[in-house]
Amino acid sequence: MSDRNAHYVAPVDETQPGDVDQVKLAKRKSNMWIDAWRDLRKRPLFYVALVLSFSVLILALFPEWFTNADPSYGDLSRSNGAATEGHPLGFTKLGYDVWARIVYGAKTSLTVGLLVVAITAAIGIPMGAIAGYYGGRVDSILSRIGDVFFSIPYFLAAVVVMSVMSDWRNPLTISFAIGGFAWASLARIVRAEVLRNKNLEYVMASEAVGRSRGSTLLRHVLPNSMGPVIVALTLSLGGAITAEATLSLLGIGLNGYFSWGNEIAQAQQTLRTNPSALFWPSLALTLTVLAFTFLGELIRDALDPKARARR
Amino acid sequence: MTRYVLRRLLQAIPVFFGTTFLIYFMVFSMPGDPVLALFGDRTPSDAVLQAVREQYNLDQPFFVQYLLYLQGFFTGDMGVTFSGQSVNEVFVRAFPVTLKLVTIAVVTEFLLSVGFGLLSGLRKGKFADHASLVFALVLNSVPPFVALFVAQYFVGIKWGLAPVTVGANATWGALLLPGVTIALTIYVVGMRLMRGSVIEAREGDYVRTAYAKGLTSKRVVPVHVARNSLIPVITNSAASFGALIAGTTVTEGIFNIPGIGKVLYDAILRGENSTVVSFVTILTVMYIVVNILVDLLYAVLDPRIRYV
Repeated sequence: MSDRNAHYVAPVDETQPGDVDQVKLAKRKSNMWIDAWRDLRKRPLFYVALVLSFSVLILALFPEWFTNADPSYGDLSRSNGAATEGHPLGFTKLGYDVWARIVYGAKTSLTVGLLVVAITAAIGIPMGAIAGYYGGRVDSILSRIGDVFFSIPYFLAAVVVMSVMSDWRNPLTISFAIGGFAWASLARIVRAEVLRNKNLEYVMASEAVGRSRGSTLLRHVLPNSMGPVIVALTLSLGGAITAEATLSLLGIGLNGYFSWGNEIAQAQQTLRTNPSALFWPSLALTLTVLAFTFLGELIRDALDPKARARR
Repeated sequence: MTRYVLRRLLQAIPVFFGTTFLIYFMVFSMPGDPVLALFGDRTPSDAVLQAVREQYNLDQPFFVQYLLYLQGFFTGDMGVTFSGQSVNEVFVRAFPVTLKLVTIAVVTEFLLSVGFGLLSGLRKGKFADHASLVFALVLNSVPPFVALFVAQYFVGIKWGLAPVTVGANATWGALLLPGVTIALTIYVVGMRLMRGSVIEAREGDYVRTAYAKGLTSKRVVPVHVARNSLIPVITNSAASFGALIAGTTVTEGIFNIPGIGKVLYDAILRGENSTVVSFVTILTVMYIVVNILVDLLYAVLDPRIRYV
């Protein structure tokens, strides 16, 4: 019998199936978000941004905790007055308390910012996800619609809408005026992310076990595409707050609401004589935008393993 | 290249019709009577109202109105402003001023991007890198109009280094302060692009070769690293050119610069909606055109784009 024809018989495997299955996984649970959180916790700037954004939130929710002054009470006898007891930042030309107006303006800024983000997400995410996931003709149509909205600078579009809507200048309409055009860039981001993810193995696996296409998109593709979307939305919060203030500065923003933009527009007239009435609301606005910008930037960094490795 | 150019131009056609239609649709689907608004607090007679409606084709169906409006656009007749001046005339008078302002801003932005981007990229991970990024991000978070007020107050009023407002005589020198201020609030994007490509270039084989053959950093950095990193920064500057032309409203309003943005600013403040719409349309179309040019510029500078 030649060796060449001999069949090799493997020794009987004594390992029980249970032993093989009990592979020790890493003790620490880990996914994209947990890793990002571990990274964020180590960064001092993150805490600065967090404290700032929470301060704005608290100001917006409980303005009466921070001032006893009535923001709508103007007394001309204290026009452009300096700071006094209970009125730490002085008064405007019309005798309004600057600090009280800032405190009560936080709510407007935050409301508009969050509404714009919600509208942007509500339009941009489905548009981008459907275009990217289904491709073909659906993609062409949705992407061309997106191109049109993307090609109008969203601030100019908001100017047109708010100019015409002279009788409906409230947080809801201004949010639609801004978010109704700002969604196009988010849709592009979502589409790119979905395109990147849709041909990966886990999507195939999900469809192989019988999950429908739509359900796969919602359960697997979209959640895995959320990283850049969260970053873009956080960053757009600052942009939306700026846009509201700018529209209010132009006099086509909010009517009859406390808004930092309105305060700045009023104080603009007394730039030479009473610059502090302009300075404080501007500072409040800048710090708020700064907080959201840094939050977005830090989340972006934390979600990107390459950026983490570089540090 | 020709194919790429043609394709890019063809893509722009639906975008042009889409945007103009959208702006037009927004205005005319909004509640309120534009003709009545024209008269403010006064109540005109029915005959006058009818005449005005006919003059502006408002008695026609919506789609006919849009086509007539497009016809005017293509024949170069942009209508009249609220105060009766021809839009063309106002545009020709105001546009050079805006162009000057935007040129100053874009050139400054480019220099800041290249300078800080180079510094950041060469000192990757060091203090200078982090510090310049945080600094640029802070500047970027300042709303443009706040930055402009601060510049106006300190540089203009307090220290008297620059004119507080520009006024009718918009010289290069007078436009320097607003232009540079705007550049400071936007250069972070270009700076990051520069930083990224500098880091990439420094690890490139040709840079190692340059060092290997004995060149010093003094020659390698400007000639091999910087020059090859400029493409994204150049296209970014070109793109911000378009965005800035469309976005000078607040700048020109605050500094009283007689450009297109100021025309729009005044029209917004006075509630002259027809003028607002004409100029928003013009600015949007210019924005689209500049973006096409940016894409073509990109294709010229980077051969990889052409053959996709």
